Amino acid sequence: MLEVQGLTKRFSGLVAVREVTTTFEAGRINAIIGPNGAGKTTFFNLVSGYHRPTSGRIIFDGQDVTNLRPDQVARLGVARTFQTTNLFDQATVLDNLIVGHRLRTTSTFWDVVMNTSRLKEDECRCRAKAEEVLDFVGLSSIAHHLAADISQEERKRIAFALALATDPKIVLLDEPAGGVNPEETLGLAELIRKMVRNGLTVCLIEHKMDMIMSLADKIVVLDHGEMIAEGTPAQIRADQRVIEAYLGADYAAA
Amino acid sequence: MPSKTFQKPLLAVLLALGIVFPMIAANDYYIYVMSLAYIMAIAAVGLNLILGYTGQLNLAHAGFMAIGAYTVGILTVDYGVPYWAAFALAGILSAFIGFFAGLISLRLKGHFFSIFTLCVGFIIYLIIEKWDALTHGTVGIIDIPAPTGLGPIRFDNTWSQYYLVLFFLVVSMWVMSRIVNSLLGRAFLAIRNGEDLAETLGINLMRTKVLAFVLSTFYAGLAGALYAGFVRFIGPGMALESHTFDMIAFILVGGIGTLFGPLLGAVLLTWLTQSLQFLQDYRMIVFGPLLILLVMYFPQGLIGFYRQRQARRAAASAKDRRTQRAVVGTAQEARTNA
Amino acid sequence: MNIFFQQLLNGLTLGSVYALVALGLTLVYGILHIPNFAHGALYMVGAYVAFYLVGAAGANYWVAMLGAAAFVALLAVLSDRLVFHRLRNAPPLHDMIAAIGLLLFLEAGVQAIWGAEFHRLAPPYTQIVRVFDLVAPAQRLIIIAAAFGLMLVLHLFLTRTLTGSTIIAMAQNREGASLVGIDATKVSVLTFAISGALAAVAATLFAPINLVYPSMGHLVIMKAFVIIIIGGMGSIPGAIIGGLVIGFAESFGAFYVSTDYKDIIAFALLVLILSIRPQGLFPSGAR
Repeated sequence: MLEVQGLTKRFSGLVAVREVTTTFEAGRINAIIGPNGAGKTTFFNLVSGYHRPTSGRIIFDGQDVTNLRPDQVARLGVARTFQTTNLFDQATVLDNLIVGHRLRTTSTFWDVVMNTSRLKEDECRCRAKAEEVLDFVGLSSIAHHLAADISQEERKRIAFALALATDPKIVLLDEPAGGVNPEETLGLAELIRKMVRNGLTVCLIEHKMDMIMSLADKIVVLDHGEMIAEGTPAQIRADQRVIEAYLGADYAAA
Repeated sequence: MPSKTFQKPLLAVLLALGIVFPMIAANDYYIYVMSLAYIMAIAAVGLNLILGYTGQLNLAHAGFMAIGAYTVGILTVDYGVPYWAAFALAGILSAFIGFFAGLISLRLKGHFFSIFTLCVGFIIYLIIEKWDALTHGTVGIIDIPAPTGLGPIRFDNTWSQYYLVLFFLVVSMWVMSRIVNSLLGRAFLAIRNGEDLAETLGINLMRTKVLAFVLSTFYAGLAGALYAGFVRFIGPGMALESHTFDMIAFILVGGIGTLFGPLLGAVLLTWLTQSLQFLQDYRMIVFGPLLILLVMYFPQGLIGFYRQRQARRAAASAKDRRTQRAVVGTAQEARTNA
Repeated sequence: MNIFFQQLLNGLTLGSVYALVALGLTLVYGILHIPNFAHGALYMVGAYVAFYLVGAAGANYWVAMLGAAAFVALLAVLSDRLVFHRLRNAPPLHDMIAAIGLLLFLEAGVQAIWGAEFHRLAPPYTQIVRVFDLVAPAQRLIIIAAAFGLMLVLHLFLTRTLTGSTIIAMAQNREGASLVGIDATKVSVLTFAISGALAAVAATLFAPINLVYPSMGHLVIMKAFVIIIIGGMGSIPGAIIGGLVIGFAESFGAFYVSTDYKDIIAFALLVLILSIRPQGLFPSGAR
């Protein structure tokens, strides 16, 4: 589904990601872990087109996407969330989601001025999509709340919904459970499983190790920009390098 | 914004008020002032598209208004071009120059964009001031002809000009409402909320921002063209950034990122300045701190505030309905069980 | 030769004034990420205070300069405490609009007190200095000497004192600096005070060979912005070099190209540079 080969990113001398080669298979939950500054978010930025890699290739669904812009990558089916999601606070939750499906519509500026039937159809489809994804993430009940008034956990779910509204094939989640309590974390993990059951591929960055270990099919460990290990949670837990670099001795015992 | 602020009846009342205003105004001077407020409102509505909806503070907006005004002034006075032909060209030329200015300036983000456009505005001002042969320099252009009549309608007095301006205001607002309530408007708003997120949603950042910029400069050009035919005298000073600052004040008072905010702000502040004589020269002593206080304590503006309250109320009543249903449901359940 | 020397001298004079203004602007941007549109108004207020102290209060030129620097430093600190500090968590758009509000207020305030007409600050030194066949008005030499002296003092302060180095540390990394226990409030107060004082000194130096009027800050602030974009936002050497570049470009441009369009040179340069390199000439800086 998603394949990176020798991916490297340098920022004025500093290497943020170095020679990472790995694949993320379709229909799986993939996790990227590593200490702060390991290059996880940079990795996402490369895959989603925000940064051009210094060298290496990114292949998505058999197509080379290495030098595409973020909006082009999004069109091909790569969606992502950010650690914080800025919403338009003075509008309702549903209103905030409608724009998510715009990339699948075709109406132009002239359709807008002429108010053509194509535009109306597009707007109906976008609204329907917004309602559908809102239902999917379990927030239909707050559809008409102001975005300013929703909780942190609801905001996280809205971020998921926005990503889903783009009709993606793979969803990159940047710390989906950051800043929510343990109980809510379980709920979000369940939502991620539901996404995969519905045919999506997921790739996430997360610090909450319990969540990762129970959720992920495959884990990639980055340290100082380099991939030091990859494998199933069990393999990662037993990996000597990972234990030394990151997890710490007591985790291996657990 | 997507959710409609005003219901149709309210709009009809507003329009009716606009139409009867000259009949109830005490004298022609008031009609004149109101027409000027409408012209400024058209320019501010345009600025609001790039500032309020797309989140880019363009400080060259008055410059583009001046381009529109000078297009009409130069073509009608020096080249004898009919007013309406010059008028049509004014918006197009502003938008055309806006396109190139946008291509360069929108590659810069946030603060850099604003600083850059501040300089662009000043370049426009300097060119107008220094290029005597084309623009008449500091003297300005005088005796610009009033709009020529269209069929039986003539625009040779304050009343008829008022209705002309009102007509363009209504059309401008109507087109703008189409734009901001459409998917395109939502794309602009997404950029304002966060450029990164907008791009992730598949929005072509540069193309969408340039479109917003070009549309906003078209509005500026249109307002400038109306201004030239209405005031019939223009000078380089109209390109100065202080006029952009005026428009920013209109937008903030009325409500940034709302359809009617700029209009409300333009009309309110124009009349405030008119009614407080001492304000005429020193209006900035009040406007300056007003801007600061607004961004600190009331950043959503009058219409934004109104809309927020309405949306909260709607959300609350929806919740009430749900709880009621739930209560009724439980009660029924209880009965069945009994 | 003599004409060339005159242009060089003009360029150096302009450049050192621009550099002082740009330094204050770049310091504030580096630390607080506020493009202080009101900085030009601070410059203007500085000129008026000096004009008042020399004219109405009969103060000595240098005393007036100190007075103006102190007053404007206070004004800048107040603007930070009352406005910018309170907006630190607001969207960047709000900072900019507040700065514009401040600018409008200061200009209108000065105009209400002193009127819109042009004033002249009596030149304290009217002598002409002659070396061989080169002539230079003393005031220009004083501008250059004072400006560079002040830059040197600022440089020593920023690099040799603990307080100064905290400013540098914070310009480089705001979060990091607050983690190691740098008092952010103290640093921002100090930065605003320095920037205000620099603007007032620049205005007092330049006023005797120029005019004093309410909108005198417009062109200067815009050029200062051009300078710090060219030199890198937040970069101190960039502000000095950029200031000199613009100063020379203007004085030679006015002479060899056209006096009418000399004010456009800086902006044309900016448009040209940003069209080719949107990230500026020195993109690293505090961006």
